[in-house]
Amino acid sequence: MILAAASTQAFPALGMLVVLPLLGAAAVMLLPRSRVELVRPVAVLFMSAAAAVAGWIIAAYPVTSGGFEMIVDQTWVAAWGISWKLGVDGISLFLLALTALLFPLGALAVDPGHDHKAYYVWLLLLEFGCLGVFSALDLLLFFLFFEVVLVPMYFLIGQWGHGNARYSAVKFFLFTMFGSALMLVGILATAFLHASATGGPLTFDVVEIAEAQSLATTTARWIFLAFALGFAVKVPLIPVHTWLPDAHTDAPTAGSVILAGVLLKLGTYGFVRFGLYLFPEASRFFAPLMITLGVVGILYGAIVATMQTDFKRLIAYSSVAHLGFIILGIFALNTEGLSGGLLQMVNHGISTGALFLLVGYIYERRHTRAIAELGGLARPAPVLALTFMVVMLSSVGLPGLNGFVGEFLVLLGAFEAHRWWAVLATAGVILAAIYLLWAYQRVFHGPARGENATMVDLRWRECLVLAPLLALIIFLGVYPRPVLDRMEPSVDALLAHVEVHGSPAGDEGAEPEAAP
Amino acid sequence: MPHVDWPALLPQYFLGGGGLVLLTLGSLLRRRLPAWFATVFSAGAALGALGGVIWLWIRVQDPARGAFTTIADTIGIDGFSVFLSGVVAVSVLLAAVLASGTLRREGLPVEEFCVLLLLSGAGGVTMASANDLIVLFLGLEVLSIAAYVLAALDLRRGTSQEAGLKYFVLGAFASAFFLYGVALLYGATGSTKLSLVSEFLAAGGPDSNALLLGGMALLLVGLFFKVAAVPFHAWTPDVYEGSPPVAVAYMSAGVKAAGFAALLRVFNAALGANAADWQPIVYAIAALTVLAGATLAVVQSDVRRLLAYSSISHAGFILVGMEAATDAGVAGSLFYLGVYAFLALGSFAVVTIIGCGADGRQSLDAYDGLAKRSPTLAAAFTVLLLAQAGVPFTTGFWAKLEVIGASVEARSYWLAAMAMLGAVVAAFLYLRLVVRMYLTAPADDRRPAVSRSAGFVVAVCAAVTVVFGVLPGPLVELTNDATVWLGG
Repeated sequence: MILAAASTQAFPALGMLVVLPLLGAAAVMLLPRSRVELVRPVAVLFMSAAAAVAGWIIAAYPVTSGGFEMIVDQTWVAAWGISWKLGVDGISLFLLALTALLFPLGALAVDPGHDHKAYYVWLLLLEFGCLGVFSALDLLLFFLFFEVVLVPMYFLIGQWGHGNARYSAVKFFLFTMFGSALMLVGILATAFLHASATGGPLTFDVVEIAEAQSLATTTARWIFLAFALGFAVKVPLIPVHTWLPDAHTDAPTAGSVILAGVLLKLGTYGFVRFGLYLFPEASRFFAPLMITLGVVGILYGAIVATMQTDFKRLIAYSSVAHLGFIILGIFALNTEGLSGGLLQMVNHGISTGALFLLVGYIYERRHTRAIAELGGLARPAPVLALTFMVVMLSSVGLPGLNGFVGEFLVLLGAFEAHRWWAVLATAGVILAAIYLLWAYQRVFHGPARGENATMVDLRWRECLVLAPLLALIIFLGVYPRPVLDRMEPSVDALLAHVEVHGSPAGDEGAEPEAAP
Repeated sequence: MPHVDWPALLPQYFLGGGGLVLLTLGSLLRRRLPAWFATVFSAGAALGALGGVIWLWIRVQDPARGAFTTIADTIGIDGFSVFLSGVVAVSVLLAAVLASGTLRREGLPVEEFCVLLLLSGAGGVTMASANDLIVLFLGLEVLSIAAYVLAALDLRRGTSQEAGLKYFVLGAFASAFFLYGVALLYGATGSTKLSLVSEFLAAGGPDSNALLLGGMALLLVGLFFKVAAVPFHAWTPDVYEGSPPVAVAYMSAGVKAAGFAALLRVFNAALGANAADWQPIVYAIAALTVLAGATLAVVQSDVRRLLAYSSISHAGFILVGMEAATDAGVAGSLFYLGVYAFLALGSFAVVTIIGCGADGRQSLDAYDGLAKRSPTLAAAFTVLLLAQAGVPFTTGFWAKLEVIGASVEARSYWLAAMAMLGAVVAAFLYLRLVVRMYLTAPADDRRPAVSRSAGFVVAVCAAVTVVFGVLPGPLVELTNDATVWLGG
């Protein structure tokens, strides 16, 4: 069982990690208007501090734990039983690290051009929200963070985006808010039904509710659906994915990096933490549906990506396909699938984050994202082309690079659980090779005409931003053991939890209550 | 002569008495009063009323003394009445402050406005503390008639006259429904005293339900008019559009709170035993109000109409809390009313700043690029709008949580779900304004003139929204304590 192991550390690292970006936002806001040049260094300083704390957390995290560590528990609204309960386990550990890594890189990567102060304040608030989601162990606190990330992202897309940014920003906000609207009802229903079934006080404590499993089977299935809708929009699963291409394409570079790298993981993470853990039986019951949606996403995303003429949009659709793999892995409900899915969350964050950075750099130089207008870029910009190739191959899943490990584990897990779905998903891997290689060929090979011939190669600062990502791509591809070692105890504990509570007959203590 | 607990009526003295004194002074010393006098006087009266409210709150919350009735049981002082009296007093206070900077610029009479505001507030406080349907009706009429005149205060504009007339005719119509309902309820239960009605119904009620049900239906119609629930909402957009925005600020905060005071007191307290009879109606009306209010707001191009429909949608949320028919539901509704008073007052304060009395500047276009022209004002308005959309870490989120939570606890899952969908639709309309302010190029770079008083009101409302949004605990405790009903 997953037991909350209260640790007695002197250094409240997790609380620190979550609060640092908030302090950073306050610090940036307090900077005088005349010192615009200080804004970026201060923001990056706080983000880097958060990244350092995240590194410390990885180092301090006990490898064999499997339970929640570094727990922070502070009562917030006593009348509602809501508390600031944060904790980290092998599932959230690397997502926190990924978040803490991508934000400073995104902030360093591209200059927003105008309104620097507001831009970095929103970025820091966004980081605060994302780190909060990944560490919250209180259902309502989780929901607060889950919702609050919409506001900074909305402003980032709307104010600093390109193209039809206003439309995309509003679409993003409304789609995701629609998804989570019913989740709030689900959260409240869970807490109230749990309290009335156990006779205890109202609590939103995830661990307590998950361990008690006090909800009736049918009720839990309904509530799972309410949660699933919210997460499905975020992931996004077909058919609620339509906000994603618009938002990704029109967002500023840092926005796309964060959106693909971190925000989409809020959905898949939600499925693991609040789907599997809270509602094991319902997760198992709906697993075929989720797997189907995942595979449809893989194939649909890949096919649509092939046909894109906008480079950024192509990568956006490739995200739909990749996230389909993650869902497939999670709902295979075995160790390989789930660890593969988790690893793939991190991998996708790294590779797609890097892809969006690179496309952002090309856009900065050429002011176009149309594949047809680019061409032969390998000649004037060999370093950019080489970097792009490594990142792209990682995204395709070439053995030796990070994408392969995760994808392989997912397919292995899926093959054990649902053989034919795994076969279909493998077709998605081939399609990924087609659309990415084809795009690479059109953009980087061939004759370089017009402005393409004189495009500037990567500058050293841009290389510096990409270097950590490239290092991780290779490191995780060659030696994923350290990551998997820390994930597996938590994954096994979670799967054991699903195993124990996974059958409809096992709901002892459930109240005789029909579906809502 | 019945026993009168004189100090129990402190808020009424300050507001009602203050209104009458100001009226007398204003007519006797015409032109000799300094310009600031009316504002300071009415703000002082509202503060006095607020002081009385706090004193009564301490008295009511003292377990040794508790809730009580006075003047032959027609006035009931309990946590509920004191809390809502407080909301009304705060609305009067902020509206009086807001008026000082706005009305004079628009050439409207400040003294008259303040007199009517105080009298209307006195009516609202009386409604909140009425324990008798007749007293409730008196309070309702005092509140409403003053509000009708407030709506028509701008003599030079036809729309203001139209708003006043429309408000008056429909309001009188609603009052008639209410009065007929009172008569039927009296026939069914033999008393107009709410605590006696409640006791009578709890003991088994009348032999035949016909009169009771008829009375309930008519009371509901009358009060739904007052709180602008769909389909009794049609007056709201016209009145909000035509009336001076300062008056609207007060109407959407204070008048709404008083209307819900009556609704909750009559139905959740007095008719609580028969909740099963009225719950289905409130269920339907609440869902309809949330969804229709939000949907109709989306297509508005005048900011006052937009906020009018948004206030309708908010009324739907408050009805969601009422529908639960539990203490938690009432606490949720009270929380929502308290929070919404600040959101509405702040939002309409912004409208007065941008509008400057000219109809042309009330369209959404007037907000284009506000973030460039006046970043602080735009930021404050954004806070108020996002709170209305229910974004976390604002009071608006906790307000929605309170009512939706109560609804879920009472197993009204579908109502809760529909209300949340309504919230998403409503989010779109608040985003429309945010898009205007932040993502649209300004037509000109004219900076809006922010008077000190209006700026103060906006700042207070935004600060309350954020501070209690991060630390909602005290407000939650307060509203939970406020559901200590009189005999309920």
